[in-house]
Amino acid sequence: MEWETVIGLEVHVQLATKSKIFSGASTAFGAEPNSQACAVDLGLPGILPVVNEQAVAMAVQFGLAVHADIPEVSVFDRKNYFYPDLPKGYQTSQMYHPIVGPGSIDVTLDDHSTRKIRIHHAHLEEDAGKSLHEDFHGMTGIDLNRAGTPLLEIVSEPDMRSAKEAAAYLKAIHSIVTYLGISDGNMAEGSMRCDVNVSVRPKGQESFGTRAEVKNVNSFRFVERAIAFEVERQIELIEDGGKVVQETRLYDPERDETRSMRTKEEANDYRYFPCPDLLPVVLDQAYVDHLREQLPELPADKRERFQNALGLSAYDAHVLSASRAMADYFEEAKDVCGDAKQAANWVQGELSGALNRENLSIEQSPINARQLGELLARVIDDTINGKAAKQVFQALWNNQGASADEIIEAKGLKQVTDSGAIEAMIDQVIADSPAQVAQYCDAEPDKRGKMIGYFVGQVMKASRGTANPQQVNTLLKEKLDAKL
Amino acid sequence: MHDKTLTQVAAALASGEVSSRELTAHYLKRIEQTNSELNSFISVTSEQALQQADQADQARASGNAGLLTGVPLALKDIFCTQGVKTSCGSKMLDNFIAPYDAHVVEKLKAAGCVSLGKTNMDEFAMGSSNENSFYGAVKNPWDTTAVPGGSSGGSAAAVAAGITPAALGTDTGGSIRQPAAFCGITGLKPTYGRVSRYGMIAYASSLDQAGPMARSAEDCAHLLNVIAGQDLRDSTSVARGVPDYTDTLNAPLSGLKIGLPKEYFGDGLDPDVEKAVREAVKVYESLGATVKDVSLPHTHFAIPAYYVIAPAEASSNLSRFDGVRFGHRCDDPQDLMDLYKRSRAEGFGDEVKRRILIGTHTLSEGFFDAYYTKAQQVRRLIRQDFLDAFEDVDVLMGPASPTPAFDLGAKKDPVSMYLQDIYTIAVNLAGIPGISVPAGMVGRRPVGLQILGTHFAEAQLLNVAHQFQQATDWHQQRPTFAEEKA
Repeated sequence: MEWETVIGLEVHVQLATKSKIFSGASTAFGAEPNSQACAVDLGLPGILPVVNEQAVAMAVQFGLAVHADIPEVSVFDRKNYFYPDLPKGYQTSQMYHPIVGPGSIDVTLDDHSTRKIRIHHAHLEEDAGKSLHEDFHGMTGIDLNRAGTPLLEIVSEPDMRSAKEAAAYLKAIHSIVTYLGISDGNMAEGSMRCDVNVSVRPKGQESFGTRAEVKNVNSFRFVERAIAFEVERQIELIEDGGKVVQETRLYDPERDETRSMRTKEEANDYRYFPCPDLLPVVLDQAYVDHLREQLPELPADKRERFQNALGLSAYDAHVLSASRAMADYFEEAKDVCGDAKQAANWVQGELSGALNRENLSIEQSPINARQLGELLARVIDDTINGKAAKQVFQALWNNQGASADEIIEAKGLKQVTDSGAIEAMIDQVIADSPAQVAQYCDAEPDKRGKMIGYFVGQVMKASRGTANPQQVNTLLKEKLDAKL
Repeated sequence: MHDKTLTQVAAALASGEVSSRELTAHYLKRIEQTNSELNSFISVTSEQALQQADQADQARASGNAGLLTGVPLALKDIFCTQGVKTSCGSKMLDNFIAPYDAHVVEKLKAAGCVSLGKTNMDEFAMGSSNENSFYGAVKNPWDTTAVPGGSSGGSAAAVAAGITPAALGTDTGGSIRQPAAFCGITGLKPTYGRVSRYGMIAYASSLDQAGPMARSAEDCAHLLNVIAGQDLRDSTSVARGVPDYTDTLNAPLSGLKIGLPKEYFGDGLDPDVEKAVREAVKVYESLGATVKDVSLPHTHFAIPAYYVIAPAEASSNLSRFDGVRFGHRCDDPQDLMDLYKRSRAEGFGDEVKRRILIGTHTLSEGFFDAYYTKAQQVRRLIRQDFLDAFEDVDVLMGPASPTPAFDLGAKKDPVSMYLQDIYTIAVNLAGIPGISVPAGMVGRRPVGLQILGTHFAEAQLLNVAHQFQQATDWHQQRPTFAEEKA
């Protein structure tokens, strides 16, 4: 039988607010345990929550970026359950009236085709703390630094049909939130994690199969692998006459498998109800419009502009707009050198290659966009040739100068375009290579073009790479042909 | 001295007739003399009180005194006080010392008030008789075989017995007004949101409201002046200016339109209580008010709606008492579940457990719409009843409680206890203010007249109550207990 996979994602994005969603405590990562948990985060008696407006603004901006409805009123609810790292005995979340209504995003797949994935809603909630099982013998420690950190939970419709689509969707979300600057998107630090709902059904069947939820997957790669494992497990199970049960599972990256955590029967009854300590959040149109005006250009718009206004290929536009840091880098280099194509080639070629080799992100690049742009400007205005440009690039990378001009000057890489000087070098090379000249003259005319390469090489060597290659070519041809 | 009202005490301090230290020492001695019998205090903070009194005396000497500087008072043990045990009447918090002051405590401190200690209360404010305290029942100073009312019974008894000039209480379903009525004092439940709940241990967040309990409406006005106002730490506290509540106390009542809700004079109302209330209304007529019968048709839904909403919120609010971070923890827990179960089983009393169970049930899947959602709809109807009534009349009047204080141990059945709050609960559901003033006696037990106004009508309620107290002397009557101990 042919099977179809149905996938829905719940993505938790940690919002980059300075303080927590309901308290003034800092959200900075990596502090001493319990040093960033105030009375509110500890759930002490009598203490009350106050909504962080920045978190609300960030959620609304996300909603606007995915073309979602922004309801005028949203309500915080309490999700009640007991856990040691949940100080109040409930998590404040949004169940019935989330801050972001239905929306959608266009997801670009590997073949550059796009698919629209619908977003069911996105809601604000507070994170719980962390239980530390390793550090205390026979006991569990609780670190509440993370308690109260604002999360935006983005819930998709079950619109994805493959692990690759799911990963592409997750990347698109990542790209949007980092573009908006509402999250650092750091998956290793847990700033983005997702729950994956997977089911399978015979191709052509309308109704969904029973789904399993894989909790807390924290990388693009693991999402793909967890789904691949689940799909295979579910199909095998059904084909062997078994039944998929609705349950929560955990993905173990080390063993590359998912394991059952709890079944539906064991699931909590969260007893959601509106939090009486918080008033409904009412957003007037002027506030939403104000946030809309502040939206940066988003990946999809950027991609389109790169193609249409800058004349980049679909591929280049996609790669260069994938992250805001990459796009910003490219745009600055382009503005400095004035040539989009040249900037695109270098950012994707030389620069990306070097970054990959040293495993650096573009934010960590030793060469900043201005430096690269200035280097490219010197290529474009013929001050240096392509070969010298690579030398300059390397020198900038190694921090051997602050600007391309400095390095060109110091290394004497300025391209020689004085035809007198080039002629002199050519004459010298011809004089030093009688055998090769003879060979050239004896060769069939259609072979001569190839043979000229030797002379070009010698002239370039003589000029230490600084001679203008076009000039060298033209003049050499003239001079050699004169010998025929 | 202990016969004085808060206003009189303040005047004595201002005139130099007495120092704050003398006053404070006097009241501390009163607590010592009475507490074994009345049990109105859980914690007495003598040392701190005398320190605060000295500071107040210094402030006064250097000309930095406000009206209430140096005035001693008491706080229901539901208000967190930095460095002092805040038990909320529960074994669960018998070891809890808050690292912060509640908003109202900060305000009182800033005004120079002296805190004598923390008064007894029904555990987590759940109760109508003060018999649900881990620290034992409080006795009514008018008749020590009677209850003082709940849950602010410790505060009410202490004021009535002249152990403190005034106290703060909280009112979730009548817990200021009913004990005020039972103890013959004046107690005001302000509009929901008028006084910050920050640092006040939550029972039912959407209903809880702090307010003053004192000898007179004038005293309550002085205290409300201090504690009212927006607090940015409580999202539900309202951004609205605070008038001087003493400014309008003497406004004449001619033309005042009083509504008598017929639902507050029906079955179950003690005839003597009814008589006292109707006599009081006549006093108002003599002061120029007109009276009209009105109806609040959804009144009979108030108790069922309350016992869905309040326990639902309580079941959630009390989840934090789990033995993990603070409060009572059972000995030698075997595992996490054991820690939770035994800590909570040992820490909470029966009434608290009952309400947690009710709340957990009504919020659970499959019951939520039938109970919680329905109760919230009822709540809106009840609120609308009041708003409709206030289209026609300025204030509503009725009894604060269907009976005077009942005997300790008399009500064994929780439901009959819940029915005690039949005239007070709707007010909390609607969020409007209400005040109870002494308006008569049934034997040795006082009767309270309840006066209700629309949202933020505290100034009017205090005016209406004060005018009654200018015309009558019910509020000046003292229990013999106070005299015996004098």
